[in-house]
Amino acid sequence: MSETDESPTESKPSDPEAGSDADDAASGADLSGVMGTEADVPSADDGARYAPLEVEGLRKEFGGITAVDGVSFDVEEGTLTGLIGPNGAGKSTTFNLITGMLDPTAGTVRFNGEDITGLQPHEIANRGLARTFQIARELEEMTVLENMMLAPKGQVGESLWRSIMPMTRGSVREQETEQLERVWEVLDFFEIDHLAQEYAGNLSGGQRKLLEMARALLTDPDVLLLDEPFAGVNPTLEKRLLEHIHELRERGYTFLIVEHDMDLIMNNCERVIVMHQGRILKDGTPTEIKESEEVIEAYLGGEV
Amino acid sequence: MSASDVRARFRGLFERDVTLVLAVLGALYVAYILAGVVFGYGLRGQLNSIANLTFYIGVFGMLALALNLHWGYTGLFNIGIVGFMGIGIYVTALVSKPPVAEGGAAQVGGFGLPLVVGVVAGVVAAGLFGLLVALPALRLRADYLAIVTVAFSEIVRFTMMSRTFQTFTVPDTIDLWLFTIDPTADTVGLGGGGGLILNYTDPLEALLRTLFLWEPYLGFVAVVERTLIPNNPKPVIDGLAYGVLLLIGVGLFYLLLSRTGKSPFGRVLKAIREDEDVANALGKDTDRFKLTAFVLGAALMGLGGILWYSSRGSITPPSFRPNITFFIWIALIIGGSGSNTGSFLGGAIFAGVLYEGPRYFKNLVQAAFDLGDAPRNFGEAMAGFASLDPMPFILYTLDSVSQLRLVIMGVVLIWLMHNRPEGLLGHRKETASSVDLARPGSDGPTGNPAAADGGENQ
Repeated sequence: MSETDESPTESKPSDPEAGSDADDAASGADLSGVMGTEADVPSADDGARYAPLEVEGLRKEFGGITAVDGVSFDVEEGTLTGLIGPNGAGKSTTFNLITGMLDPTAGTVRFNGEDITGLQPHEIANRGLARTFQIARELEEMTVLENMMLAPKGQVGESLWRSIMPMTRGSVREQETEQLERVWEVLDFFEIDHLAQEYAGNLSGGQRKLLEMARALLTDPDVLLLDEPFAGVNPTLEKRLLEHIHELRERGYTFLIVEHDMDLIMNNCERVIVMHQGRILKDGTPTEIKESEEVIEAYLGGEV
Repeated sequence: MSASDVRARFRGLFERDVTLVLAVLGALYVAYILAGVVFGYGLRGQLNSIANLTFYIGVFGMLALALNLHWGYTGLFNIGIVGFMGIGIYVTALVSKPPVAEGGAAQVGGFGLPLVVGVVAGVVAAGLFGLLVALPALRLRADYLAIVTVAFSEIVRFTMMSRTFQTFTVPDTIDLWLFTIDPTADTVGLGGGGGLILNYTDPLEALLRTLFLWEPYLGFVAVVERTLIPNNPKPVIDGLAYGVLLLIGVGLFYLLLSRTGKSPFGRVLKAIREDEDVANALGKDTDRFKLTAFVLGAALMGLGGILWYSSRGSITPPSFRPNITFFIWIALIIGGSGSNTGSFLGGAIFAGVLYEGPRYFKNLVQAAFDLGDAPRNFGEAMAGFASLDPMPFILYTLDSVSQLRLVIMGVVLIWLMHNRPEGLLGHRKETASSVDLARPGSDGPTGNPAAADGGENQ
């Protein structure tokens, strides 16, 4: 859904050696060739922007408990939007409602203008809305490469017959070979290429977070929903993750990030949504949020 | 350059696997031949013993491979294997048995169609029943699928036994809307508790006739009769040839299933095994994949059942008790679920050591030491201890070895769970991809970190 005019500074000359300089493999120029369809977005002070993800009146009841109670917000294209709130505020439930893991009791989720409420998770993912999980869920007995190769959409070899029939297996191999190149470039970008042959189960917590984000990226999404991407990640890796996120955002990806750490969100997102007890407490720029009495009270456990 | 590297690497893997498989098979055959020497078998006896071993290696290998698709790849807890096997062979019998006029009085007939039609029908029916079981059950959690499948296999067995389905009379003509058919069958049915006599063409003969090899085969038998085995060598040679046929079947199963595994399809199956939610969140319609895998596996189990029982002459419902299912599970666990090579190895080792081994061991001991008669009951066996004589007990144990087989299997299983839960070849990187996943253009095999870091132009 993004515009496709690549800015000249970002477009990558088709340089056959580009993949070989491992040091700057993570440079932006390297990646724009890989994810060429994503284009630069208008700069941040562009006024009203297109909002691919719109949530309206979302509500979820578990028995007598209302976990999410009439939540409405939208996420604008090319932004980093933070969703924060104390434990039990309903952030993860909201995430699960958007991505189809849970069916909402009421309300609608719209993605790129289409009503996706109540669709299956895979249907939503295939429309370009990718997610990561709160506790990194790697496919442990599969290698990092297998994890990555799983993600791309539209693989012809996912049809059993195409995969086993001698006359069609060639096309499966062909597509996989193409896909593999992209996989390696994304591995380079996230600097986990040295782990490519490891079982995902052998990775450290932080490496899993990187892998999970890399994997989600390979589904070629418009919007990425990250559920606590920094939980249990050491400061160095946190910095790296943030750099990656910022770089991808500049490339036109849209992020919605659920996070506990208020400072982190305040310093990195241009827009912050604060949830408390299933509702939206405040929605605005970091400065507005910081000055809000209600938010401070909610975080300090005060009565709202 | 990289293409040849890829080929070399695949050949390397292939050779390692082949070496291992051949070593295990070789060891089993040598052991059986040596046992035969001790028993004083002649050539005929030896060949029979080998044919018997090959038969069980073949069927257990095939079925373990099929189960590996369900459990090893997709994580589907199917403990109704024997139900699919039973459906396969019963449908084949129903379709291919000659009409009753040629059978005995108490027997039901079939539709008298060629065996190949019967086999295809049996496989398709097993697959369809797989679909029937899977459609509601795949939405359930793993352990509920297990309950549904084991219940299903018991329903199949009770249906085989039921009087209601024992025989039906087929009308001489059936009027369908536009046309009429004259079925050749008079009575069809499942035969109830008495089972069915499989009086259709011998499967080996049917196959050889289609390949126009029947006459040469008979010629070969005649030559053997003149030179090696003087009287009636055909059953022995039949047994061996059927064993070879089964091993070819194992090869085809392996080919099909390793292609399935080494593909994007197999990758999604693995992902479902590891974490279905993740696969779903990555845009994979996991229900469709689980269904396809389950139906394919069930159809292969049906084929396994057909090949197992077709040469047996008759089938009765008690052959389809759940213990067969658990035998196949043990075979898979020994070999290592998730690995196709491991599945076959597990099947072979199970067949040779745990399934047929104890009986051979007993005969071996009895042949080596002239031990006399075993006590008739446990009391007599224990009585020997009063005079500090363990012999009656040992004899009794040896004599009951076929019952003790299950105990031995249990002990092996417990030992495995403690010491090698992943089986002989489990937890091995049989990468789920149709291509080598090394960095494109890099030298050397995958897994070489230097090559993976350095890129192509070093």
